[in-house]
Amino acid sequence: MYHHDHCEGFQCEQQQLEATLAHSGGELGALDRLIAWFRQRSLFVLAYGTGCGAIEMRPLMTSRFDAERFGIIGAATPRQADVLVISGYLAIKTLKRVIRSYEQMQEPKYVIGLGSCTINGGMYWDSYNTIKQLDHYLPVDMYVNGCMPRPEALIEGFVALQKQIANGAPSGAMRYRENIDWYKANQRRVLGDNMPPDYTYDWYHAGDVA
Amino acid sequence: MLHYFIDAFAMIGMSYFMGFLFYGFYRQFNARVQRRWGPSIFQNFFDNMKFLFKTETIIHGPMFFFGPMIIFAGAVTTVLFVPYLKDSIWLQGFSQSGNMILIVYLLVVGPLGNALAVGSSGNPFGVMGVTRGLTRLMGLEVPFLLGLALVMVQHETASVHAIMAAQPDFAHWNLVTNPLAFLVMILPFMASQHASPFDVVGAPVEVYAGPRVEFSGRLLGILMTQNMMMTVAKLVLIADLFLGGATTIWELIAKTFALFLLTAAISTSFPRLRTEQTVDFFWKIPLGLGVISVIATIWFPWS
Repeated sequence: MYHHDHCEGFQCEQQQLEATLAHSGGELGALDRLIAWFRQRSLFVLAYGTGCGAIEMRPLMTSRFDAERFGIIGAATPRQADVLVISGYLAIKTLKRVIRSYEQMQEPKYVIGLGSCTINGGMYWDSYNTIKQLDHYLPVDMYVNGCMPRPEALIEGFVALQKQIANGAPSGAMRYRENIDWYKANQRRVLGDNMPPDYTYDWYHAGDVA
Repeated sequence: MLHYFIDAFAMIGMSYFMGFLFYGFYRQFNARVQRRWGPSIFQNFFDNMKFLFKTETIIHGPMFFFGPMIIFAGAVTTVLFVPYLKDSIWLQGFSQSGNMILIVYLLVVGPLGNALAVGSSGNPFGVMGVTRGLTRLMGLEVPFLLGLALVMVQHETASVHAIMAAQPDFAHWNLVTNPLAFLVMILPFMASQHASPFDVVGAPVEVYAGPRVEFSGRLLGILMTQNMMMTVAKLVLIADLFLGGATTIWELIAKTFALFLLTAAISTSFPRLRTEQTVDFFWKIPLGLGVISVIATIWFPWS
């Protein structure tokens, strides 16, 4: 089962930023370090425009802030994406689609929670149809807080994620696979009968696939 | 025997190396046109390596797996049958045993493998991309073949080596002696490189990734690799046929880069055409020019 051994909610952001300092990457072999370096240098982003944060993704990708200089570029389909950006509040109806998209991505895959709404609900903290904490439903690798964070903040988040990857920190997908029952129970609690069908995730149980 | 092995690996390695550098340049060029910095010139290499080291858990039957292999085999074979250098024993591959007719056949292996693989995935966006791709192929193949045929008729041979040997200096380049054939050839050539005015096949956002929508991880990495190698093979073929080939590697890089720059400049300047506009365009302008130049080459007394 899932244990809250690292952080909860908004505490995660600071901890994730500091985690890169703790890892030195020295424990990786030369080939692993090389692969990790290639991985961090090329991040295909599936920007899931769930909330108002979607508006921050456009200047990030286009000429003004030009994320492509960090190797960050938009992916057309979840199959080809490495990073899923959840931009803002997540309605329960959208959560189902996000889960389907996330499960289609190939490992290693990462999730960036953008804006306060993914951390503790933000201004939607008492809304009846949004989720409050994204990391109860999907494993989040990096939080970027703010309402809304500027593209600079997003770039900082991406760069911190790149450092994490380069140091060989395991992606959140590992956490998702290890604690799949906990995540699925949480998802079932909010989605109810609307849960995605079992075959979208039951292969996680079929041994150590992938 | 050993010579053939070393030569083949050198050709494959060189087309891969030139391919990712050219595409890296293309992305930077695009970025500078759009007033931004753009990625590193090695970005395509990083992307490709990342995809080759990702997992691949998507299963759509055996054909989905064999399709990219067929495309990749097509690209490698094309590379090996195009002579990279003239008057040299290196970077020749098996081009002594093949000719232009064979190369024309090999160029179509890619789209066919694509259709087989994407068809078995059953993704509607992929199928839409393949339909667009084959429709565009119908448009571009006719003027492309006509351009090749014009060069073959002009030199009365199908051997790339003989055509290269017939262009010893600038005044004898086919670009100078037969500019109409170059014009007929260059636009379908750009379309076969998926350059911008004719990039409706994999149009991002519109049909997601087009034929590649269902590929991820390693298979996508293989598709990227073959795309880069195929681009270089086609560039070298055009340089052999119209720019007199190359005697040194640096000359080869300069000539193929000039052609690539032309493609890049045109594709950053013009917006995308729809599928039927593409086919209309190819069947009007390059094909019309082609018919005129066939008449000029064969029938007119002064030719």
